[in-house]
Amino acid sequence: MIRIENLYKRFGRNEVLKGVDLNIPEGGIYAVLGPNGSGKTTLIKSVLGLVIPNKGSIKVLDRPVKGQWKYREEINYLPQIANFPGNIRVKELIGMIKDLRQKAGDEGTLIRMFGLEPFLDKKLANLSGGTKQKVNLVLTFMFDSPVIVLDEPTSGLDPASMIALKDLIQKEKQAGKTFLITTHIMQFVEEIADQVVYLLEGQVYYTGTLSGLLEKTGQKDLEYAIAAITSEK
Amino acid sequence: MNLQNRHSFYLLLLLLLGVPRVWAGTIPVCGNCHARTIQQGIALAEDRDTLLIRDAVYKEYNLIIDKPLTLLGENYPVVDGQEKGEIFRIVSDHVQIQGLRIINVGVSYTSDHAAIRVVRSSNFHIEDNRFENLFFGIFLEKSSHGIVRGNQITGVARDEYNSGNGVHLWYSNNVAVTDNRIEGVRDGIYLEFSDTIRIRGNESRKNLRYGLHFMFSNDNVYTDNLFENNGAGVAVMFSKRIRMTGNRFLKNWGPASYGMLLKEINDAEISGNLFEQNTVGINIEGSNRITYIENDFVSNGWAVRVMGACYSNSFNRNNFLYNSFDLSYNSNVNDNSFEGNYWSSYSGYDLDKNGVGDIPHRPVKLFSYIVNRTPETLILLRSLFMDLIDFSERVSPVFTPDNLADPRPQIRAIK
Amino acid sequence: MLKILKYSFYDLMRSRWSYVYFLFYLLLGMVLLFLNNDLSKAVITLMNIIIILVPLIATIFGVMYFYNSREFTELLLAQPLKRSSIFLGQYLGVAGSLTMSLVLGLGLPFALYGLFQSGAILNFSLLILIGGLLTFIFAGLAFNIAISNENRIKGFGYAVLLWLFMAVIYDGLFLLTLIVFEEYPLDTFSLIATVFNPIDLSRILILLKLDISALLGYTGAVFKDFLGTRLGFIISGAVLLLWTLLPVWSLSAKAKRKDF
Repeated sequence: MIRIENLYKRFGRNEVLKGVDLNIPEGGIYAVLGPNGSGKTTLIKSVLGLVIPNKGSIKVLDRPVKGQWKYREEINYLPQIANFPGNIRVKELIGMIKDLRQKAGDEGTLIRMFGLEPFLDKKLANLSGGTKQKVNLVLTFMFDSPVIVLDEPTSGLDPASMIALKDLIQKEKQAGKTFLITTHIMQFVEEIADQVVYLLEGQVYYTGTLSGLLEKTGQKDLEYAIAAITSEK
Repeated sequence: MNLQNRHSFYLLLLLLLGVPRVWAGTIPVCGNCHARTIQQGIALAEDRDTLLIRDAVYKEYNLIIDKPLTLLGENYPVVDGQEKGEIFRIVSDHVQIQGLRIINVGVSYTSDHAAIRVVRSSNFHIEDNRFENLFFGIFLEKSSHGIVRGNQITGVARDEYNSGNGVHLWYSNNVAVTDNRIEGVRDGIYLEFSDTIRIRGNESRKNLRYGLHFMFSNDNVYTDNLFENNGAGVAVMFSKRIRMTGNRFLKNWGPASYGMLLKEINDAEISGNLFEQNTVGINIEGSNRITYIENDFVSNGWAVRVMGACYSNSFNRNNFLYNSFDLSYNSNVNDNSFEGNYWSSYSGYDLDKNGVGDIPHRPVKLFSYIVNRTPETLILLRSLFMDLIDFSERVSPVFTPDNLADPRPQIRAIK
Repeated sequence: MLKILKYSFYDLMRSRWSYVYFLFYLLLGMVLLFLNNDLSKAVITLMNIIIILVPLIATIFGVMYFYNSREFTELLLAQPLKRSSIFLGQYLGVAGSLTMSLVLGLGLPFALYGLFQSGAILNFSLLILIGGLLTFIFAGLAFNIAISNENRIKGFGYAVLLWLFMAVIYDGLFLLTLIVFEEYPLDTFSLIATVFNPIDLSRILILLKLDISALLGYTGAVFKDFLGTRLGFIISGAVLLLWTLLPVWSLSAKAKRKDF
């Protein structure tokens, strides 16, 4: 589904990705983990074409993505910071993204699920961070695409919404979607991820199941496992 | 003598009333008349006869009118000089030429051929003629007390060296040049050593050099004329006691082109004129005791440019509207004065509401000095940088003469 | 691209700033006309404003919009949209809405005043046209600056500096050069120097209408050919158009390489 080969990216003198190889087959939930600055977001953005790699290749659905944009029709992306044009109303924003993607979207269910009905006519500038994140989620999940990329999906969410989000992810997973998720909430990873990808200093340190990672580090808990890897280095 | 003549003429008329020959004294000229050519007509005519020239083409030139005659054209008959030389030469007093279309004057480099030349005669009357393809139009030589009125002179002058002037006065006095339309010649109206001339209501356009040009001619008055689009505008030089009022000077464009060029003019009055869209409205050089009153300077490059050696000139109640530069000065202020004018570029205020600005206006911009020095800098006209420099100079003058200011700038344009 | 243009435009049309800008021009037009009661004078004052203020506002507004809509841009970038069309759409949205504020803000009072019956309509239209072009040019330059600078403060700084340079410093250097080398024939140099600054170029275009009488006082042959004929007008106009295309082209090139 997504195949990354020998990916390099440098920002100025700061080398962020140093030869990442990663193959993500269809279906399942992949959590991209790693300490701060390990290149998680850069990797995801490279897949989306937001960041242009210096070297290496990325293929999505067997097609190289360099210089392309059409392939993004197959990807739903949730950006890390949900900041929208302030003077547009929620309803208009949803309509606009639908208009831009030229695709039918199932926003109604999602709006109900996150309890956004009272905010539909509010301007985005007047929403709280959590509410904005909910809008962000609606925008991401309302389309039916085979790949879903989530960058810190849990930030700012209240417990109820968190549960709703998890249900949503599970439901989409049942539908055969492929997820790529970055997060710092290890509990969240433990609950939903099928596979973890562990990035360390710009390279893939580990790919495989969660239990595999625990085994490898000899820890009982993901948080400890990660701490162990980080301190080991 | 004159009076007696006229009396006997009337007597004769009375005597002839009973007789069929009513048109005594009128000689028709036409293809099948007794007089077939104008030349024959002149030869046949007695003093004070009228030649009635019928509508036809007369290929004639070097016609000398040596007796008091009236030449009257019917429907503008054409007198075609075939470019062979002068067409009419008047050498007698009391000659009138009216209603002719005179074309194809010969161009010469040795003598100034004219369509009509008046030599040492008085009381001539040249009216309502049309002149085309000419060298000189009407040439007055040492003649006086005449009228040149309502003629249309249309040339196709290309170069100064082989073109002549529309109306040319040389040592001629007491002539009225009125309501003529002159275009496409070298100088529209030219005066040299001619005094007490009245020039009024003429339109002089698109002439190669000057719309009006006069030199060494005193006590002349010119009013209500229009000078437009002439190569170098109007030049008034070396003359005294000139009155110029109610004229319009429009669109005289070019590096050496002026609405009006004044050079060595003393004791003149320039009032109620309009100078619009000229490169330079008035260029003044070595002229003294001139009063400029109630003129309008509109959208000129330079409204007034003072070149030097000018004394006792006063500018009052003029309107300076939207000129690129209102005033350019490259000498001392001397005792010239500017007072009570309206300047559209005035940026002061009138707190006491008396219609007079509370702070004096400095019409000379620093920029105009810079442009005088380095003309290419003109391309920076109206740039913010220049405005800033001009502003600071206006606040505290360093380069421009401190006393060059209008102490009573008007708040409203003068009607 | 048209969709992004549409949304940026809507977004801007709803923002406070568009109204501030619009009201500013409306007020300016009213004050100029109804307090002054002199159309020709108003057009001259307007010219100064247009060649100085319009670039400043377009620059600042362009940079501001770019930085403020950064997250929105990222959202768009993740959508199946072509990169260059996102930026071009936003750029056209900003420049378009600014131009609209300008045209309406100044156009209304002038229309009310009865401009359409007066002879100043041509001069006025030229002014507005040049104002529009300058808006596009400087908004484009601002976008270029903003896209090259992550740091907002730096971006703003460069943008204001750019304006200051084009509006004031350039002419100062220009003047200095002319005076220092006054013995040499400088008319070709002057024309070339003018072409390299869109503000100067616009100024010349307007001068050709307002101050042609003075400009024709030039003696230089090159100048005479340039200023005295329609050629000058056509060339200046063409170069000004080129100036509007240049930032757009550079913007889309920069957008292709940019990381978000």
